[in-house]
Amino acid sequence: MTAVEAATGHTAAAIRQKPRRGATADGTTRRSRTIRYVLLLLFLLFVLIPVYVVLITSFKTSGDTTAASQWNLPKTWTLEPWRKAWDVLQPYMIRSLSLAIPAAIISSLIGSANGFVLARWRFPGANLVFAFILFGMFIPYQAVMLPLRTTFTALDVTRGVPTLIIAHCIYGIPICTLIFRNYYATIVPNEIIESARVDGAGLVQTYLRIILPISISGFVVTLIWQFTSVWNDFLFALFLTQQNNGPVTLGLAALAGGQKVDYAASMAGALITSFPTLIVYILLGRWFIGGLMAGALKG
Amino acid sequence: MHGRIRTWGPGALVLLPTVLLLGYFVYGLIAWSFNTSLTDRHTGRKGPASYVGFENYGNLFTEERFLNSLKNLGVLTVAFIVGTLIFGLIWALLLEKGVPGESVFRSVYLFPMAISMIASGVVWGWLLNPSQGEDARGLNRLFEILHLHFLENPWWTAGSRWTTMASIALPAVWQMSGYIMALFLAGFRGIPPELREAARVDGASEFKLYRHVLFPQLSPIALSALIILGHISLKLFDLIYAITGPNQFRTEVPAILMWNTLLRSDLAKASAIGIVMLAVVAVLVIPYLAWTVRQENEQ
Repeated sequence: MTAVEAATGHTAAAIRQKPRRGATADGTTRRSRTIRYVLLLLFLLFVLIPVYVVLITSFKTSGDTTAASQWNLPKTWTLEPWRKAWDVLQPYMIRSLSLAIPAAIISSLIGSANGFVLARWRFPGANLVFAFILFGMFIPYQAVMLPLRTTFTALDVTRGVPTLIIAHCIYGIPICTLIFRNYYATIVPNEIIESARVDGAGLVQTYLRIILPISISGFVVTLIWQFTSVWNDFLFALFLTQQNNGPVTLGLAALAGGQKVDYAASMAGALITSFPTLIVYILLGRWFIGGLMAGALKG
Repeated sequence: MHGRIRTWGPGALVLLPTVLLLGYFVYGLIAWSFNTSLTDRHTGRKGPASYVGFENYGNLFTEERFLNSLKNLGVLTVAFIVGTLIFGLIWALLLEKGVPGESVFRSVYLFPMAISMIASGVVWGWLLNPSQGEDARGLNRLFEILHLHFLENPWWTAGSRWTTMASIALPAVWQMSGYIMALFLAGFRGIPPELREAARVDGASEFKLYRHVLFPQLSPIALSALIILGHISLKLFDLIYAITGPNQFRTEVPAILMWNTLLRSDLAKASAIGIVMLAVVAVLVIPYLAWTVRQENEQ
């Protein structure tokens, strides 16, 4: 299995598959099962340690964050750090939302159209075009960042949300195209397209009548992927925007950086900025995995 | 001829905007960056730039600071890949036979991937506080409480490059191990159960079953994982920025150095660093892509 193949969501399905009989039968004693369980719980603890610290610290008063009491529960629980973090981050949150949602929708739509053509309405050289597109997924953005800034200045694009929407849409096209190409190649039989063609349906008709109605799972994967990666992006934000027009990652970096750091507020801020993607992960986890599989190579 | 163009023409037309956009924003801008890297547009340079050939590259590879960033990146990559593969593989091995509550373990192990590296960097920066002993904070304080004094260490402020960069790798391992687990888990579940049964009928021990039957089946996944992780490590930026700030020589990698160089308005050198990063990624990814495409065609 390759990363490209994994993009179809096959991987996500394969993980959820219950192990078949025979896998569990031999070689598994009760003792080894207990050991396995204990280990799994220990690792669970390891992964959750930062979560515990963040949570308790975010409810502490400023006098309560001394070295000795760092791992204790708050002496008095307070919402003050949350209020403080929210006051700072609120405008950034709004900008991030107004940026991530359109960017995710636009690049998904383009990806769907591209993916359909590359999978089921092929033309001579389609493979070459696919490789041409795919390469854009792997580049370190440092290699394009400086002329990108110059281009935006030359085009007189408003700095901030509009700049970032354009950047994320363009550099999101490869991954969305890849996901949709593999999705259509798996779920749409060639015969359906052939018979539509025989009936005289053109590309647009076939896409709108046959493909779009069965694209929902594909859209869920790309929308989640794009939303998450745009929301979590810091590199474009740092290079293309400033504190007064940047997204939430920039706001959090400012809140938690600087000379005198308010730890409780920083932790509350880390939680606040993570909520949107965490909610998506909790509600739509199985599609999330599909996107992760495909997107891990993206810059 | 006319008829054939009518069938595939619309498809090519759909892809045209994407090809033009990526042609400019990926390939065009890379060429632009490369072009800048061949000039003397250094700090404070006014007026038209002149070409200096590969001088900037030559200077980079003799400059202590750049070589330091490359060494840091090398150590970081090794520590990150080894750590992530170990945890990912162990978790997949523990889960692959199916345990009660498997989806809970899976979701928790995977959730750090939904969080931005800035948010996790803010939290880990707090956990990796270098103070020790009486004044210990963060993880060191936890070790103090648990009487595991020997585990306390100065983390990324340590003298040795290995300790320093392994401390940076630790949060990255925390974020990415779940993803590798998902990859391997999908691999295990994709192996036909007949293979296991045949091996058991032949009297193979559990160890031999894994060593000689199951692991060889996973080698394509291991290769994918290696490429994906290497690729992530080469671009790691946000995490270092959030944990140590961008101005630490001891944790500086090329991605960070590029940002610092840009802040000094040395456009030629910043471009050269971006192009070197691209070259490293290309060396890693292009053979892998070729291999992937060949595999797809064989199927």
